[in-house]
Amino acid sequence: MVALITHSPILIIAIPLVAAFLTPLIGMASKKARNALVIVSLAFVAFLVIILARDISINGIHIYTLGATSPELTLPGGAMVPIRIILEVDAMSIFMGIIWATVSLAAAIFSLSHMAGETGQNRFYTLLLLMVTGGFGMMFTGDLFNLFVFLEIASISGAALIAFRTRFADAVEGGFKYIVISAVAGLIFLFGVGLLYAQYNSLNIGFLANAMQYSTLDIIALTLFLMSLTIKTGMVPLHMWYPDSYTVAPANITAMLVITSHACMYAVFRICFSLYGGVLDASVVGWIIVIIGLLTMFVGVTMAVFQTDVMRFMSYHAISQMGYMWLGVGVGLAVLGNPALDTYGRDAISGGIFHILNHAMYKPLLFMTAGALFHRTGTRDLNKMGGLGHNMKFTLILYIIGTLSIAGIPPLNGFASKFLIYESVYQFNPVLAVVAMLVSIITLASFTKAFQSAFTGPQLPEYKDVKEVPKPMLIGMGILAAAIIFTSIFPGLVVEHIVNPATDALINQAAYVNGIMGGGMP
Amino acid sequence: MIESPSGFWGPVVWIIAAIVALLIAYFIQRRGEKAYKKGVQSETFLMGNPKLSEGETHIKAHNIYWGFFEGLKKYYVPTIAAHTGIINDHLIWFIAGIAVVVIILFVTGGI
Repeated sequence: MVALITHSPILIIAIPLVAAFLTPLIGMASKKARNALVIVSLAFVAFLVIILARDISINGIHIYTLGATSPELTLPGGAMVPIRIILEVDAMSIFMGIIWATVSLAAAIFSLSHMAGETGQNRFYTLLLLMVTGGFGMMFTGDLFNLFVFLEIASISGAALIAFRTRFADAVEGGFKYIVISAVAGLIFLFGVGLLYAQYNSLNIGFLANAMQYSTLDIIALTLFLMSLTIKTGMVPLHMWYPDSYTVAPANITAMLVITSHACMYAVFRICFSLYGGVLDASVVGWIIVIIGLLTMFVGVTMAVFQTDVMRFMSYHAISQMGYMWLGVGVGLAVLGNPALDTYGRDAISGGIFHILNHAMYKPLLFMTAGALFHRTGTRDLNKMGGLGHNMKFTLILYIIGTLSIAGIPPLNGFASKFLIYESVYQFNPVLAVVAMLVSIITLASFTKAFQSAFTGPQLPEYKDVKEVPKPMLIGMGILAAAIIFTSIFPGLVVEHIVNPATDALINQAAYVNGIMGGGMP
Repeated sequence: MIESPSGFWGPVVWIIAAIVALLIAYFIQRRGEKAYKKGVQSETFLMGNPKLSEGETHIKAHNIYWGFFEGLKKYYVPTIAAHTGIINDHLIWFIAGIAVVVIILFVTGGI
């Protein structure tokens, strides 16, 4: 068990990678064996994430140096510069890992029925597992270049999965847009990495944070990092590709793509706090993040309420909700290093991070319910739907749980995180809190529209014989709904044991740097 | 329970309140009209006019909040027009965004 915990960071990345390449081989022999391989490997990864999270909660940051005689040996032979690939998993990284493990497992179970009628399933599951690999890599790496590599793995597999149903022209267009945006964003990010490497001769985040001078080149690199990850996250005004791509992907893949957006957002936070935390003008960068967040919330929700395509509607809401996270964390960053951090800044960051967790549960659930509607009706057009609640009662209940949560209706978990954001942001600037509440009201109004259009009303003649979706789809959605209910009933437990440690890990730059550099600073 | 800078949130009270409200609603429903029968009493009656088909009585998504969109036309027309769906436009926004942020960081004391 000790060896399993020690090697868990690399195992969590390697297992889905190996499974990805085994999937087509096993799939040629037996579909059932292939499906079992996918589910078992993801379930085992989830188990590893849980034991690693427990270890981190007890022993702190977990370092894993690839190729070293001991995984903790970051500076071999008295070297002053970490030269190997290093994974650095702290409470913030494992927080993201828990989310990714849960959603990818739920999405894979959902796929068993949702994708059952599609051809090329061996390729589908290979790509899904590669995307899982890329996501975990982004969350666990302590190295900027590897962050780029894993970002590319997640992006390329994501693009292929968006365009997977090639019989739909818009799916191919969505995949094309995704890969172009990802490639441009990736190269801009790589350019920023090059600027830092040229100055400091290292790619390790901990080492770079320790050596950072905040020179002109560092500022340009910061801008490139911020904006490349901002467009990948889908923040306004760089969001326009997002609904075009996320709408056309299979619903289970869209659910996972939401978390890859979270991973990009995590990278923004990691760069602002852990890489530049000691030197950047936190107030200015914090306000930039707050303004982007505010714009994203408002434009996202007002565009969502206008939509009649259920997946496009969900996509705009995913954009809008991302704004809350940026608002909370941006306020915390803006007051980093001054006494307000202790008064309300830490709570604002906790609110933003808690909202990542909540969004990672209710948004994939809502995308999956939209997928369930498409699965049974063959359309995404809300104008063509109606009365489906008569025959799809479980989907209806799951949709209501997701809706109440995203709209921040008490006692659901969406309210708990918004409550933290409202109260702390109000102390920073009351106008921001008012806009956040207004966005919540419009969110509820727009989900009521979708609810009325799809589920209520008389049974339409064309959907008289519609049945509930198959059990694996319900189980996939049920896992997320159960997580929502648990978080709703025990928000204090979740905040105390998962969210607050993640917030503290993000704020505490010294601990992150020491994880790599130990006592021997160059 | 979670604590914020100026208060706290505990869902248990809300859950108890919701259960009590549901029980009250159930109690009122139980005291309702005993002679009610499912069927003819719930049929639509439009002043003796022929009944509309089921599809015609359902309000479609594009009709909902029509007034909201009309009232905010000045916001919606340019905002929707900006969403061209053309990837070149998306990249122009990206380049403009990089330019704006780098200028802000330099002007506010970066160098």
